[in-house]
Amino acid sequence: MIQHPAILALTIASIIISAMIGYASWFGIQIIERWNLASGTEQQLALERKTYLVSVILTYSLVFQILSFFLYIFTADALHSQFTGAMCAAGSLAVNSYGYPVAILKVINCLMSGVWLIINHIDTKGYDYPLIKRKYRMLNIFAPLLLLEVLFQFVYFFNLKADIITSCCGSFFSSEKRSIAGQISALPPVTMQWVFFVTMMCVLFSGIHVLIRKKGALQFSLLSIGAFVVSIISLISFISLYFYELPTHHCPFCILQTEYHYIGYLLYALLLTAGISASGTGILASMPVPASISNQLPDLLQKLVVVTISAYSLFTVITVFRMLTTSFRLD
Amino acid sequence: MSTTLNRYRYILDFALSSLLRRKVKNMSLLLVYTAIIFVLASLIFFVQSIKHEAALTLDQAPDLVVQRMIVGRHDLIPLEYAGKISQIRGVTAVTPRFWGYYYDPVFGANYTLLVPDSNPPPVGSIMIGAGVARNQRIKTGDLMTLRSASNIPLLLTVQGIFPTHSEILSSDLLTMSQEDFTTMFNFPGGVATDLAITVPNPAEQITVASKIAALYPDTRPIMKSEMLRTYDTLFDWRGGMMVVVLATAILSFIIFAWDKATGLSAEERKEIGILKSIGWETADVLILKFWEGFVISLTAFLCGILLAYAHIYFFAALLFKPALTGWSVLYPAYHLVPSINPYQLMTLLFLTVLPYTAATIIPSWLAATVPPDAAMRS
Amino acid sequence: MIELINVTRTFNQGKQNQFTAVNDVSMTIQRGKLTVLKGPSGSGKTTLLALIGCMARPTSGKITLKGVTTSFFTPAASSDTLDITSLPERFLTEIRRHSFGFIFQQFNLVKGISALENIMLPAYTTGEHHHHFRQRALNLMEKFSIIRHAASPVEWLSGGELQRVAIARALINSPAIIVADEPTAHLDSVLSREFMATIELLQDEGRTILIASHDPLVYNAACINTVVSMRDGQINDNVTRS
Repeated sequence: MIQHPAILALTIASIIISAMIGYASWFGIQIIERWNLASGTEQQLALERKTYLVSVILTYSLVFQILSFFLYIFTADALHSQFTGAMCAAGSLAVNSYGYPVAILKVINCLMSGVWLIINHIDTKGYDYPLIKRKYRMLNIFAPLLLLEVLFQFVYFFNLKADIITSCCGSFFSSEKRSIAGQISALPPVTMQWVFFVTMMCVLFSGIHVLIRKKGALQFSLLSIGAFVVSIISLISFISLYFYELPTHHCPFCILQTEYHYIGYLLYALLLTAGISASGTGILASMPVPASISNQLPDLLQKLVVVTISAYSLFTVITVFRMLTTSFRLD
Repeated sequence: MSTTLNRYRYILDFALSSLLRRKVKNMSLLLVYTAIIFVLASLIFFVQSIKHEAALTLDQAPDLVVQRMIVGRHDLIPLEYAGKISQIRGVTAVTPRFWGYYYDPVFGANYTLLVPDSNPPPVGSIMIGAGVARNQRIKTGDLMTLRSASNIPLLLTVQGIFPTHSEILSSDLLTMSQEDFTTMFNFPGGVATDLAITVPNPAEQITVASKIAALYPDTRPIMKSEMLRTYDTLFDWRGGMMVVVLATAILSFIIFAWDKATGLSAEERKEIGILKSIGWETADVLILKFWEGFVISLTAFLCGILLAYAHIYFFAALLFKPALTGWSVLYPAYHLVPSINPYQLMTLLFLTVLPYTAATIIPSWLAATVPPDAAMRS
Repeated sequence: MIELINVTRTFNQGKQNQFTAVNDVSMTIQRGKLTVLKGPSGSGKTTLLALIGCMARPTSGKITLKGVTTSFFTPAASSDTLDITSLPERFLTEIRRHSFGFIFQQFNLVKGISALENIMLPAYTTGEHHHHFRQRALNLMEKFSIIRHAASPVEWLSGGELQRVAIARALINSPAIIVADEPTAHLDSVLSREFMATIELLQDEGRTILIASHDPLVYNAACINTVVSMRDGQINDNVTRS
């Protein structure tokens, strides 16, 4: 294991976050079993007080979870010089088979935390905690995923030893390599461009349709979640090419570095925002509307739709701007 | 939207006044918090800047160095090896290097003696590094005595001292002519200390190294990237070690923070009871506690980082030098320039603010869930 | 109008020290009337006040409000009642913030901040703009003749001035109902009478007032409409004067 302050920081943070979420989900089981708003017993009052604690824990966890994703990528990047053949974070993550799964799990957990917070927010608007049991059932699905991520992260870092030859970013993302990332960039960039822009147009129109007609939110959310996946694939396949101005550099992590003015942050932030609000829209639109929030829920759905299309639009605008202003051209 | 903003704003207002009303408690917390961040930040900045200096040093190193090995130890390399090596594709130049270590028993210091590739000093003269000059208290024009391998003292005139800005490279260096070098070490002919190979294309370095190893199995090629990696690992390891040592300090700080957070004075408890009774609900008090924590964390973070930066830049990391730079006698007087980047800041955040926040969540919640009618009861 | 039906409040349920502070109480607080809860200490007055004032939830029974509008409940008809028995804390607090003003036995002002800030505190979390409630606070201070103490820390004020600050604070969100818990317990006769005069003023403004007190000066005052006697958590007597 490489003794690096950032690795220690991530490990400590993971332990703390998973402990807090573990506690929250254990509490969730209590809620599912004993919650009864109508009863005025002290037990019920104590449960109600505890829901505040869980909200606070999950809010902080989401914030640190998002930061930890970036810290994880940064650490992988900082360590790349320790591994022969690794040119950036992408190479470090490929050193052992846990590197990429951790990154993927972190993204999923960010999305789930965000969605939970949206549901929690609307639940508090209802005078009878309408979504409380559903909320905690969701938490009990989310908690094991988080624990898995912590475990994998620990194994990843533990098994890191310097000087291991790894397939570097250049060959990892090149078309010959038979791996997921290899297949992604093997997708012809021009085709992906079409897919990307068409998807974004569909999202935009669908969103506007939902805003005007006030229905079809579920379909919109499914489309938007699809757009999330398409965006990531596009980022690797062709968008990164325009930022690096190289036809072979597909790495999605280098855009987080200083040379590219940290543009990666903005792009990732936009995608995460869109992903969270799209998923939130889907979950809220797919369940029956409780009476106590029958006014607030449609408003929230509208807001989420607006956030989703704004985030995706901004992402597209930045991409198009870069494509037009750079002298690099794909043929 | 503006209602939410207003709510947060006014609660922040109250939080600030609340913090100022309990100066002693909050100042002590702030001091300890800042101290922890200062120590950790100094450590991280220091390691970063040393790595940076090392990288600059290594920038000058040859792409590949070939050393001959015998019984697993470094031996002198025959000059004829250079011929075949220079024919390997990708190699543009092969330069034999003549250098060695000299231990001076009088001053207890190790010097590196080197014959430079270009413009060697004339026979009988040497150029010395600033560390050597300081150590022996000699200046340009003085005589320096070195004990050669055949036990004959060699008298050499100091022609010049290397400038201070190159100290990290030249502090313990002595450059001399080929003849003096040969006399000094009784150096045999036909060999060199090692060979410096220039391979301009980094992608080919590994290939060239493996070809050399195949050609001459009794040699070991050392790549510049390997050296860089080793330095990085060393400093990371040392940095990591110190963080582990500091883990106890961090833990103590967390316990201290927890204690401060749970140890609400009767006055504070009463105040929260009053707030709850006049219409503040639990979420509002939680926001209040959040703001208090945020203000303290932000202040401690900024102060800690500024102090750490000053510590490294102005005081050259006085507090850490002994632990991190080893025990050699000669120290180059280099000027460390810490570079702050978001990565380091985030690491610091995770090592300090995250544990602090986690420690204060439960106490804050306990304080906030005081029943509204408690104030009426007392 | 506030109605309580078979309301019970028990503390430390299921434990050794379980006790019932309010036992099967049913009563109605009429709008615009001045009601006094009379009884010795330990009779459950404070707990009953807390239940009526949306500060606590009953262990059993039902509490309803009529004529109250909130962001989550708009009465369709004037006879629509809102059942607040099982409302979560944040909704109870919202009702309390907008419809109730509290005056406590010990004034319960925050030390270390000015009188003006103390008065404005309940409005901080409503989301209203600062200058609106600041102006209201200043107007209230003017009305109760304490305007010159606006910037003074509360430690500098006399008993009578503190009382007026407490009343002003209770009025900052223009509540329809004022609740006072033993307001004259720490006041001399002069200040007590002054207090009752202020209460009468508020009654004339059309507010509903509820006072818990065992002070004869209070429950014998002329402006009182209803006196409810309590003992051991139950209502003994409910006398309505004209």
